[in-house]
Amino acid sequence: MSNHPQEAAKFVANDERMHWHDKALWFVREKRDLASKSIPEWEELRSVASEIKTHTLSKLDYYLEEFEKNATQKGITVHWAKDALEHNEIVYSLLEKNKVSKIVKSKSMLTEECHLNPYLEERNIEVIDTDLGERIVQLRNEPPSHIVLPAIHLKKSEVSETFVEKLGTEKGNDDPTYLTRAARASLREDFLDAGAGLTGVNFAIAQTGGVVVCTNEGNADMGASLPKLHIASMGIEKIIPKLEHLGVFTRLLAKSATGQPITSYTTHFHAPVVDGEMHIVIVDNQRTPFLASKDYNKALACIRCGACMNTCPVYRRSGGHSYGYVIPGPIGSTLGNFKDPKANKTLPFACTLCGSCTNVCPVKIDLDTQLYTHRQDLGAQGLLSKQKTISMKITAKLMQHPKLFDFFGKTIRKLVPMLPKSIVYSKYNIWGQTRDLPKMPKNSFKELYKQGLKDEL
Amino acid sequence: MKIGLFIPCFMNELYPEACVSTLNVLKNLDLDVDYPLNQTCCGQAMANSGCSNEVKDLAHRFVDIFKEYDYIVAPTGSCVTMVKDHYAPFFNDDPAYNKVKNSIYEICEFLHDVIQVKEFNVSFKHKVGLHNSCHAHRALNLATPSELNINYNSKLKNLLGMVKGLELVTLQREDECCGFGGTFSVTEPDISTAMGKDRISDHINSGAEIMTGVDMSCLMHMEGLINRDNKPIKVMHITQILAGEGE
Ligand code: SF4
Repeated sequence: MSNHPQEAAKFVANDERMHWHDKALWFVREKRDLASKSIPEWEELRSVASEIKTHTLSKLDYYLEEFEKNATQKGITVHWAKDALEHNEIVYSLLEKNKVSKIVKSKSMLTEECHLNPYLEERNIEVIDTDLGERIVQLRNEPPSHIVLPAIHLKKSEVSETFVEKLGTEKGNDDPTYLTRAARASLREDFLDAGAGLTGVNFAIAQTGGVVVCTNEGNADMGASLPKLHIASMGIEKIIPKLEHLGVFTRLLAKSATGQPITSYTTHFHAPVVDGEMHIVIVDNQRTPFLASKDYNKALACIRCGACMNTCPVYRRSGGHSYGYVIPGPIGSTLGNFKDPKANKTLPFACTLCGSCTNVCPVKIDLDTQLYTHRQDLGAQGLLSKQKTISMKITAKLMQHPKLFDFFGKTIRKLVPMLPKSIVYSKYNIWGQTRDLPKMPKNSFKELYKQGLKDEL
Repeated sequence: MKIGLFIPCFMNELYPEACVSTLNVLKNLDLDVDYPLNQTCCGQAMANSGCSNEVKDLAHRFVDIFKEYDYIVAPTGSCVTMVKDHYAPFFNDDPAYNKVKNSIYEICEFLHDVIQVKEFNVSFKHKVGLHNSCHAHRALNLATPSELNINYNSKLKNLLGMVKGLELVTLQREDECCGFGGTFSVTEPDISTAMGKDRISDHINSGAEIMTGVDMSCLMHMEGLINRDNKPIKVMHITQILAGEGE
């Protein structure tokens, strides 16, 4: 159950941290701006990417089957999972069959969504997240707060404290290079010990039957190459038709995400390692209903770059955990609300409808429009608070009667200045907790207009 | 050319001076303006709260009142966006609505694109920060949003550039949202306040004495914060500057 206003208030309460978080992400947004402006055809690229995605989603069954056929021919085993549980069962059965008790995993929002880690840990399988940010939050027993920068909510001193406790680093040493080296040394052991490597998938190419994984740390490559068993998990929406389409997305992805020209590692997996096995688990988990929805289907085009989070003025000031959904920010709010409106009904309102997210989105998802539409759907489903619906009903009625509205406005303007401050600024006046009310003018514009402005015209 | 003036409901009650300035800007250009007295509200606050069902009657009222005018001009970007972008579900491709939709303008957009004003005979000798309110900025395209890689233009800066003595300051964040967001200001009061304060700081740190913009709602939110904290900056609606009334 998400309660964004309440969780956001906690994050804002620490003013210094909130501003630090806001600035860190704004810095990433600015890098994205520079990178996107280094390419004259940027807006055209976004349009092409959006069109490729729209086309693919309209023929998804066809491309998924083509992908399965071509992947199978390459010696990759393809599995289909209708939901999170099936996905986890498939992964577990593969590990069990291969007698694996420890796995290394690179970043995958899908496995977060499926809660794979706890599922496997309950079955005595050790899971090591190998992306540095993910490793940090894993050691702290926290979910990621951002899809590209999982530990962006943490300061280096906090990371240092965690490492002192979990990895035995020097107390008080929060030098990022020192900490990164310590994490790397410990992860090296894990890579060597692990019986299987799990990766996500950024793009699955129907024409070739191969998958592409983009990382900056090369951890997916290590995980998929050292152990003999590689399992890649992907949502059905990761398909693109042809290899020639890939460049459109790789050019957009890293620039949108961090402002880099391209991710440090863009790895194509087209077969198992020698004497090994490669499996791809293709997951639906409530994705097909999006395909049928004309208002929300574009949300499936998301390439998980995180740009909408970095630009969102609400996300920057409330932190990823405030959303209470596996994916935070604008895209998470629309995905989460579509999947479970009851649990996530505060999320479409965690937004001022400023529209910046839609403008940065490399695949042109109409994020702010979707959030506006969710609000109407929540209203139609009766999921808004009584207080809100009643007050809106009354206001709407009032506004149909100009005389009554004039009278009401006048009464307020006259009354407020006469009331004691303690009443005007009581705890029920949420506006007034931090803001003064406007100075109540003697006359409304309409009154002035009637009184003679009209004659001057 | 007959112009119907639409004034947002709260602005009519709380900011009559800015409304008079709006009227005066049009009057100074010898335009034929009428202010229909039975107008109330466009319904935006209800729609943004998820109660668009309640808005249908208001939308029809709005169209009935304004359909005969050649142009509808309003000192707001967000109400204009409401009418342009969110009324369609209430009208079944109705010709009256389609006419209204295509003839409604935020006042600066109207001055810039329709009247194509080349000069204002006014001066304003102050350092001014321009708050680009989001709907005017990103839905009505009054200026190029910082996110997009297209040629930069700002209709508002073009207009303010015609005011003698006015010095526009450069903000750190050209088009960051101020956190008003209609009912967002009270459903997410903590974030709304934080955003507003940051926006004000950006203006003050950039040396602005006056913060201006096309939406009085955003300015009302920030004025509330400014007055509560006694910050050294004032807000003015852009028409107050363009009408030469601030000096
Ligand atoms: S919705 Fe768009 S901007 Fe947000 S993460 Fe997905 S692709 Fe990136």
